[in-house]
Amino acid sequence: MTQALLREIIDYANRANPYPLYEELRKTPVSHDGDGPYVVSTYYEIHSLLHDPRISSDAKNLKATGDDLLGEQSDEEGTTLPPSFLKLDPPDHDRLRRMTNRPFGPPHAPRRVHDMRDELGTLVSGLIDGIVETGQLDRIDLVDQFAYPFPVSVICRLLGIPREDEPRFHVWAEALAASLDPDPDADPTKRGQGAMDARMELGMYLAGLIEERRKKPGDDMLSQLATADGPDGAMTTMEALSTSALLLIAGHETTVNLITNGMLTLLRHPEVLQRLRNDPDLAIPIVEELLRYEPPVQLLPQRTTLSDIEVAGVTIPKGASVWLMLASGNRDPKRFENPDRFDPDREDIQHLGLGSGIHSCFGAPLARQEAQLALSELARRLENPRLLEDPPPYRQNSVLRGPRHLPIACDGIRP
Amino acid sequence: MTSTGTHDGSLEQLKREGRIVVVGASLAGLRAAETMREKGFAGSLTMIGDEPYEPYDRPPLSKQVLLGNAVADHTALPRRRAIDADWRLGVPATGLDMAARRVELGNGDAVEYDRLLIATGVRARPWPNAEEGALKGVFVLRTRDDGEGLQRALAAGPRRVLVIGAGFTGSEIASACRERGLDVTVAERGDAPLVGALGGVIGAVAAEMNRENGVDLRTGVMVTSLEGDPSGRVRAAHFSDGSTVEADVVVVSLGAQRNTEWLSGSGLGAGPRGIACDAGCRAFDVRGIVTDDIYVAGDVARSPHALFGYQFLSLEHWGNAVAQADTAAHNMLSVSADRRPHLWVPAFWSSQFGVNIKSVGVPPMGTEILITQGSLAERRFAAAYGYQGRLIAAVTFDNCRWLPFYEQQIEATAPFPPPFSTVDRRPEGTKPMPADFPDPSVPTHGPTITLSGYSPADRKMTFTPGR
Ligand SMILES: Cc1cc2nc3c(=O)[nH]c(=O)nc-3n(C[C@H](O)[C@H](O)[C@H](O)COP(=O)(O)OP(=O)(O)OC[C@H]3O[C@@H](n4cnc5c(N)ncnc54)[C@H](O)[C@@H]3O)c2cc1C
Repeated sequence: MTQALLREIIDYANRANPYPLYEELRKTPVSHDGDGPYVVSTYYEIHSLLHDPRISSDAKNLKATGDDLLGEQSDEEGTTLPPSFLKLDPPDHDRLRRMTNRPFGPPHAPRRVHDMRDELGTLVSGLIDGIVETGQLDRIDLVDQFAYPFPVSVICRLLGIPREDEPRFHVWAEALAASLDPDPDADPTKRGQGAMDARMELGMYLAGLIEERRKKPGDDMLSQLATADGPDGAMTTMEALSTSALLLIAGHETTVNLITNGMLTLLRHPEVLQRLRNDPDLAIPIVEELLRYEPPVQLLPQRTTLSDIEVAGVTIPKGASVWLMLASGNRDPKRFENPDRFDPDREDIQHLGLGSGIHSCFGAPLARQEAQLALSELARRLENPRLLEDPPPYRQNSVLRGPRHLPIACDGIRP
Repeated sequence: MTSTGTHDGSLEQLKREGRIVVVGASLAGLRAAETMREKGFAGSLTMIGDEPYEPYDRPPLSKQVLLGNAVADHTALPRRRAIDADWRLGVPATGLDMAARRVELGNGDAVEYDRLLIATGVRARPWPNAEEGALKGVFVLRTRDDGEGLQRALAAGPRRVLVIGAGFTGSEIASACRERGLDVTVAERGDAPLVGALGGVIGAVAAEMNRENGVDLRTGVMVTSLEGDPSGRVRAAHFSDGSTVEADVVVVSLGAQRNTEWLSGSGLGAGPRGIACDAGCRAFDVRGIVTDDIYVAGDVARSPHALFGYQFLSLEHWGNAVAQADTAAHNMLSVSADRRPHLWVPAFWSSQFGVNIKSVGVPPMGTEILITQGSLAERRFAAAYGYQGRLIAAVTFDNCRWLPFYEQQIEATAPFPPPFSTVDRRPEGTKPMPADFPDPSVPTHGPTITLSGYSPADRKMTFTPGR
């Protein structure tokens, strides 16, 4: 029964609206059958497991491989690099995350994200101006023309990719993204090869850049990761590589979806869009509610138990694979009143959209700022925007869920 | 209106036109007042506070304020809602007439109530020798004025600061001094900082932290006297081991005393250990009979906790004050069937020497300790305390994200030592060791938690009246 439901959730046919399936899933907070994963779908249970030290994020603790439902969708780094901190447990996780955080956030770099605000604003305006230049306002693809290029450029600036190399970087990023989102009709070996090649090229490129930055450090994150002299020292080249690959993938695959899901939701709720147009500060609660209502990361399929754990009356045995259904927990009526209602005025909104516990989204402050800026600017500048397809075509990926294209039209674009 | 509010209709009347008086206009008092208004209390609300300020927050006083990063008069507590109260600030309550339901004030006024909430908290224990304590340069740290005065003294660049007592507050003060580049000596009667609250195993880590950060830490000694110069300024302190430390700022950080003196003779069960109340925050009178109209919350309260053998807990925890105020306010406006017990799991945080320390449960109740995650040597760990085969508390150093898990384990009365494996379990975390709390009869700086009282099975109940 669980397996069948899971298959339906993963089935592309239900990508546009998996929420009724989640509702079904929540009837059994912890469900399991056959040799599939233990699926946890209710808010409090997910939240407590995210803070449970008996759960590992390190795949090598997985006893039985079980049914590989997601196939290669969940494998973003391949075997060419050591695992990023996303897939490690403490103490290694803590050390790498700490070292990454030093140049990124408080207490050592309290203003980094804040200080990027102007640059983000320029990127957003530039992309919207680009749409004006095409002169085609009757069919805009908000993904290809806006939501996709934006976060990749942000990551480039953050890592310190030279401007002239950005186009190359975008090509690799796209190839990697494609491997996360396999087109079922494409030849799988060819597709895999393309991603491998991109990964290799990107790796070589970054390794070269890291070496350069070691000799002549700048103010960017790559320099700081490679030359840090904090208590944990600097990263090895391999560590810096896997960390930047993580920042690249996790930092834009999710933001694309946050912005796109956001615009889609706003277009479906024109009264909220209108409010945002009049009051850009409303972007703050809107983005929080979006992270609850349409989270870019729908589930965490990479947890393993280190001991037998009892959850909601079910004993999950040691070595089992556990899936935490974040998007389902976010719509748990036991936690949120009227959970299926998109309500930016919600007061009590401790959602699971960015995870929780030690693996909670590293880039959260940046993602929030990107999405807030993007949505408020789109709301301000697009005149009478409307959806051309509802639902729009979705990406294959059921973990990182979002529209592949978001075709919209508008009457004009304000300066 | 004279009804107690427990009969039909009278509760509605209380909510509509009753008189509620709150004594102690600080964290617990304010939060309770807000909850009462939220629950629809429309009657008159009087807030009595002996400090001249509107409610402010104390934790920043020993942290941001001492570092000069925040100004003491900017620590006002954020308001969750308007409470429309009659504020009587700068006036102490001096007496309580339980029969007449009247609070007497220092300025000769009296205020009548239908319901009374007592949230008078604690005050800093002063230096035992009043004359020495009055020397210029000698401080305690409890109030906004204390914080401002001490921050100014530190900003003036004293040659050396002496902190007497290495509990949480003393340690935070020492940490702030070091961060400001000031020389600081810490004198602690126990064997290590924080031993009263967290035991010797963790105390040893704290001692290392102090020393590595350049604190001149003296343990196992007492300051016997303070010496002033002819102008009445402190200049030196004499220690029980015969040594002398020259210091121009001395901070007395010897724990706290409960503000209950104003209740002596009132017939309320109030004494040096606080005001005893039931789990629903209703105060006991001296006969051990629960009152119907007097409630207690915050640092001054002493209430039985089901999770800890119904022992009476006195907590000096910010989170406790908030949670207990909420429960008290709810119960004050509820009929008995709707009342809730205050079942908050004790939790505390501190930050010192750049380390974030958090605890849940009641560590001093623990007899054994086990490092469940991380390592003492790295000063990044989670440790569990065991008591009679049960997990009774946990503490984390720079590892607080796991704390909710331990809290759940405590609530579920999980076994100790924990039978499971965890991420980040190191070799030092396989065997419990004695938690090493000092003999409770030997005073240290005063723990932030005290346990007292009796389980319901214990019939001998004695009352210690105020001095
Ligand atoms: C420097 C410092 C740092 C702290 N840091 C932390 C921390 O990091 N974490 C943590 O959990 N807790 C911390 N605490 C403890 C926390 O501040 C207290 O638990 C909290 O303030 C308790 O609130 P309360 O309202 O019960 O009592 P209080 O805040 O003590 O308020 C009681 C009020 O009543 C007044 N009063 C007393 N007697 C009378 C009378 N007769 N008439 C009228 N008014 C009267 C008092 O003057 C006071 O204003 C810290 C405390 C201090 C002093």
